[in-house]
Amino acid sequence: MIEEPFATGTTLFHSRDARVKLIPAVAITLILALTSSFLVAGTGCILTGLLLILSRPSPRLILRRICRVNIFTLFLWLTLPLTYGGDTILPFLFLDLSLDGIRMATLITLKTNGILFSFLALLATSTLASLGHGLEKLGMPRKLTFLLLFSYRQLFVIHQEYLRLQRAARLRGFIPANSLHTYRTYSHLFAMTLVKSWNRAERVHQAMVLRGFNGTLIPLNQPQLSKNDYLFLTTILLISFFLATIPFFC
Amino acid sequence: MTTLPPLIELRNITYSYPGRTTPILEEVNFSICDERIGLIGPNGCGKTTLFQIIMGLLTPDRGEVLLEGMVMAGEKDFRILRRKLGFLFQNSDDQLFSPTVLEDVAFGPLNLGSTAEEAREISGRTLEGLGLKGFEDRITHRLSGGEKKLVALATILSMQPHLLLLDEPSNNLDPETRERLIAILRGLNQAHIIISHDLDFLASTCSHLYTIDKRRLIPCKEKQIHSHDHIHPYGDHPHQHGT
Repeated sequence: MIEEPFATGTTLFHSRDARVKLIPAVAITLILALTSSFLVAGTGCILTGLLLILSRPSPRLILRRICRVNIFTLFLWLTLPLTYGGDTILPFLFLDLSLDGIRMATLITLKTNGILFSFLALLATSTLASLGHGLEKLGMPRKLTFLLLFSYRQLFVIHQEYLRLQRAARLRGFIPANSLHTYRTYSHLFAMTLVKSWNRAERVHQAMVLRGFNGTLIPLNQPQLSKNDYLFLTTILLISFFLATIPFFC
Repeated sequence: MTTLPPLIELRNITYSYPGRTTPILEEVNFSICDERIGLIGPNGCGKTTLFQIIMGLLTPDRGEVLLEGMVMAGEKDFRILRRKLGFLFQNSDDQLFSPTVLEDVAFGPLNLGSTAEEAREISGRTLEGLGLKGFEDRITHRLSGGEKKLVALATILSMQPHLLLLDEPSNNLDPETRERLIAILRGLNQAHIIISHDLDFLASTCSHLYTIDKRRLIPCKEKQIHSHDHIHPYGDHPHQHGT
């Protein structure tokens, strides 16, 4: 379910500390999310696209992921041009095809993809575990960090438990259909998953208590930032700075 | 000469699960110093319950748990006890909760007051001792069943306990990993109590055998623990023997 297909690799993106990827990812996201300029959104999309290419992901997987996100922008393309109002290019049935609507849909598409590319290049190249620790090092409250890491860890377990139950049902001839039997079976599956997860959470808590846990989690130190990490951070931040200042030059 | 009190002693322990009229354990008396004990018995006879009582996860209706002669009263006392006892769960997935192996193994030492460097060092040494060198950065939930079991053992050994409570450690292990576990357990110098249905496993790792019969913990005198060569179809595949 939650695989990390892009997190393993040997590019300069993979070997960087999560911290120096988190900071520019936030910066780029903010710039692209807040801009209303086509130039910034377009340049951002191209630059982050280049970063993504440099991180050398598997083309098939990355395209699939980009397509999935763009299903949402597709809906915008289906609705915005017809409902936005403003300058009309041509009437379409009883609605008007609006130029402003097309502009808005293009802008949102560029922004969305720019942010997506930067996340895929910068954040997807780290495991969630190292991102969690990076966030903590950057000052995120420890409780939130551990909530993130534990949810991530337990989601696997809950999902496996659900799959096991589902398999058990299928092996006994269960075929989902639009029937009361199906709904009842699914509600049982979900309920059992919840109950089992609850029990498991209790056992995990016991395991922690047995190993001396008393409410505070003590982190293992992370390795120090290297020269390359700082170089990487500066480069990407310069790119973000460039993006942010484009409107002042044009 | 004064004799040292036993490491762990149980006095008249009676426990019943909520909602059941008959207790699962009744008047259990037991003590252990440095022995290696095997515990066998049918499913649901209270073996795991006994472990949970020793660790203070369950509170008995009556009776006392003593650590080196001191009665354990309440959570505070059991926190001290848990530093000296390691409990290996039946299901390793319940035991491994940190993202990486190193973090999981270091979790105990950190809680016991080690600095990060010490915890790293202890964890590295423990993993190496179990033949798990190079596993430090592996993701815990992506390990195989056998690896999970060994890492779970490492998370306990890194706390340097005096007594190990192992709940069915040889379950679902392939013959190779099972042999590896036997060799590891024989090489450790801690006392241990092992719950298992695998008599051969117990014969290789324990010197005394106990069972729970009619809600009481009794030493198996009539059954001598022994091993012998035998043969049956597919004998080279993992299998269990009846008790």
